Amino acid sequence: MGAYILRRLLLMVPVLFGVTVIVFLVISLIPGDPAKAILGTFATPENVAKVNHDLGLDRALPIQYVIWLGNLLRGDFGRSYILHRPVIDEVLDRLFPTLLLAGAALVLSSVVGLSLGIIAAIRQNGWQDKLITVAVLVGISTPSFWLGILLIFWFGVRLSILPVGGMEEMFGGGGALDIARHLVLPAVALAAVAGAVLVRLTRGSMLEVMRQDYIRTARAKGLSEASVIFKHAFRNALVNVIPIIGLEAGFVLGGAVYIETVFQWPGIGRMLVNAISTRDILLVQGGVLIVAAAYVMINLLTDIAQSFLDPRISRS
Amino acid sequence: MRNFLCRSRIGLTLCAWLLSVAFAAGTFAPGALAQTPKNVLVIGHVAELQTLDPAQSVTISDFRILANMYEGLLHYKDGSLEVEPGLATSWTVSPDGKTYMFKLREGVKFHDGTPFNADAVKFNLDRVTDKNHPYANTGPFPFIFLLGPIERTEVIDPMTVAIHLSAPYAPMLTMLASAVGGLVGISPAAVMKYGKEFSRHGGGTGPFKFKLWESSQRFVLEANKDYWGGAPKLDGLVFRPIIDENARVSEMLSGGTDLTIEVPPDNVANFKDPTKFTYYEQPGPHLWYLLLNTKEKPFDDKRVRQAANYAINKDAMVNQILKGTATVAAGPTPAAFTWAHDNELKPYPYDPAKAKALLAEAGYPNGVDVTFYVTESGSGMLSPILMGTAIQADLQAVGIRAKIETYEWNTFLGKIIPGMEGKAQIAELSFMTQDPDMHPALALRTGGAVNSGHYSNPKVDELIDAGRAESDPAKRAAIYKQLQEIVADDAPWVFIANWKQNAVSSASVKGFELHPSFTTRFYKVYKE
Repeated sequence: MGAYILRRLLLMVPVLFGVTVIVFLVISLIPGDPAKAILGTFATPENVAKVNHDLGLDRALPIQYVIWLGNLLRGDFGRSYILHRPVIDEVLDRLFPTLLLAGAALVLSSVVGLSLGIIAAIRQNGWQDKLITVAVLVGISTPSFWLGILLIFWFGVRLSILPVGGMEEMFGGGGALDIARHLVLPAVALAAVAGAVLVRLTRGSMLEVMRQDYIRTARAKGLSEASVIFKHAFRNALVNVIPIIGLEAGFVLGGAVYIETVFQWPGIGRMLVNAISTRDILLVQGGVLIVAAAYVMINLLTDIAQSFLDPRISRS
Repeated sequence: MRNFLCRSRIGLTLCAWLLSVAFAAGTFAPGALAQTPKNVLVIGHVAELQTLDPAQSVTISDFRILANMYEGLLHYKDGSLEVEPGLATSWTVSPDGKTYMFKLREGVKFHDGTPFNADAVKFNLDRVTDKNHPYANTGPFPFIFLLGPIERTEVIDPMTVAIHLSAPYAPMLTMLASAVGGLVGISPAAVMKYGKEFSRHGGGTGPFKFKLWESSQRFVLEANKDYWGGAPKLDGLVFRPIIDENARVSEMLSGGTDLTIEVPPDNVANFKDPTKFTYYEQPGPHLWYLLLNTKEKPFDDKRVRQAANYAINKDAMVNQILKGTATVAAGPTPAAFTWAHDNELKPYPYDPAKAKALLAEAGYPNGVDVTFYVTESGSGMLSPILMGTAIQADLQAVGIRAKIETYEWNTFLGKIIPGMEGKAQIAELSFMTQDPDMHPALALRTGGAVNSGHYSNPKVDELIDAGRAESDPAKRAAIYKQLQEIVADDAPWVFIANWKQNAVSSASVKGFELHPSFTTRFYKVYKE
């Protein structure tokens, strides 16, 4: 197991390296540069050249990349052109809110997704199943940012029971409970699609397992229905579902870009949106790199979790 | 079927879970609505703050904040772009227009307690103009050129300073009062202490001082009780960056902010109830126009350019698309420049028949095909796609068949600024300035740095140069009025709209006014 984890960790290096190359290339392919973003309608060739020079952007692209990579290996992510501070400071400030939001959405979607999936499976073709299937269809088809706007409209503006955005109150943020209140709507909006996908998968996986011979044997032994479902069926169904939860971690991190924008959540997603529109290359690089690293780590953790549930995996 | 969930054991588990969720939700419910703190103003702000250094700042949204921390040698008068004493109490201009001498205000202290004096002014101007200054590396300073061709700054005595220019530059005084001009009031001690990190700490002489900056959550200023003009009425200001305009509206409606700047036109109606809200608007020095490529057919012909001006229903655009958040523009100089604007000048009326006649006269009886650059968004661009579509329809009606090409703002600028020759015949654009010299000098003067439509008129060039060199405001005003008449008739642009900036506050906020300089000063504001 130790060697397996080590191998997976080492594999992260080329993955992250590839990510930096792709991000650097994509950003440099889109027209416009930080100087033009800064100067707007004052972007005279003279002013652009001066600002580019001051920012060190007048060097050839491969050279800029090599300089950046060299600094990165020394732990220096560079300085944001637009925010005038070290990239790593900004990214770390934004990391916790994103992990909190994504984590909450992931937990919420998993709990709801698994519960409803099980209910739909054990009541196959019953009214519960039909109701859940329709709800899932709606959930999958609703864009999360739109759901976010609806939630803001109903719970924030009309009913006024939850804050419409931000992570804390403006003065003397009320601690954990205050953050939790702010977290409810964005987490629900972000969890909706992921949860719906999970319901489908859990239902399918459970139905498949419930048809197996050992379930019939378990029932024949006279075990209680709860014991059959949770001890025998669910644990085996979970083996198929866990990797999907891992993939959904990536989905949720990506979806945070929209949700953070709609709910003014101070996370990395919103930071990236701003950084891209201002062509703040180093900030985009730093942010994407950290998100990619988080994604790879989460996938690793789910693989490890899966191998605990099904010991055959780490042996193979 | 009844109560299935809570009957079986699985159901029981789920039931318990659902109940706990409901319970948890219930605890969040009572009294959840945000109440902003007493005597502190919470402002819904359009963008993230980027820097606390006015010398490095590049966005209007930053300047709206910084105008409360920093002040220049001069201030703008309330509601106008005319100047009055600020950190300088009096000033003189040499007859050749190249030396500006300022007598500084006594007894002013920076937020860190160090005194404001001539040495500080020299330090601040040298930092941004002299490459060899020890703190020149705290830049870049992209908008310093607005202050003019500063050659050197001279300390005459501890409270007198002279700024020497290499060429006359009449906009100097207006620009010193502008937000960029606030860099003169930076604390040199703070720059020396923080170096490059000054951007995140700041330090000026203004009525509010830096307290807390949490990236993308809030930026907090507290009252500077030692302000030379007396302590402000509010204890503090909180700026919340709410970039999405709908989110800004929701936050204002739900009571999470006291004041919101830039309400989208479609939402203005939500705030019309005077018992709950106060709505503010203020015409700004802004012009939304169509840039015409005057170098190539068909707009190399003045008659076709005029035809385009007659063809577009600007009233409909201003009232229906922009819902009254703008006024119809008459010429190149916005009416916000009260002293320089030519009130005699009237907008081109909406007259499609005349437009058709002019087109026919110019040799296009069957109309003409053109390419029209439209942007998706952009600073000061209002609703560029909707406006572009309406313009396309109006032009089509008289025979100018415009093919729209839409680009993201950054890309759009990259296409337009080097010049439109060989690419497009029409482009949307907008511009905001603090002095009537700036926009014509950059965009109308022959060979001007952003003269993307390649317009050239020797008489216009002459007037632009004369206006820049003339230090007597009355004579300058006469020059700009003449310039407006010539440019309006020559029609290198289609003059569409002057944007009125807007804001909304809860009814308890008093003493706030929008300012034509697009800064927001909260010194005199209080909450009831």
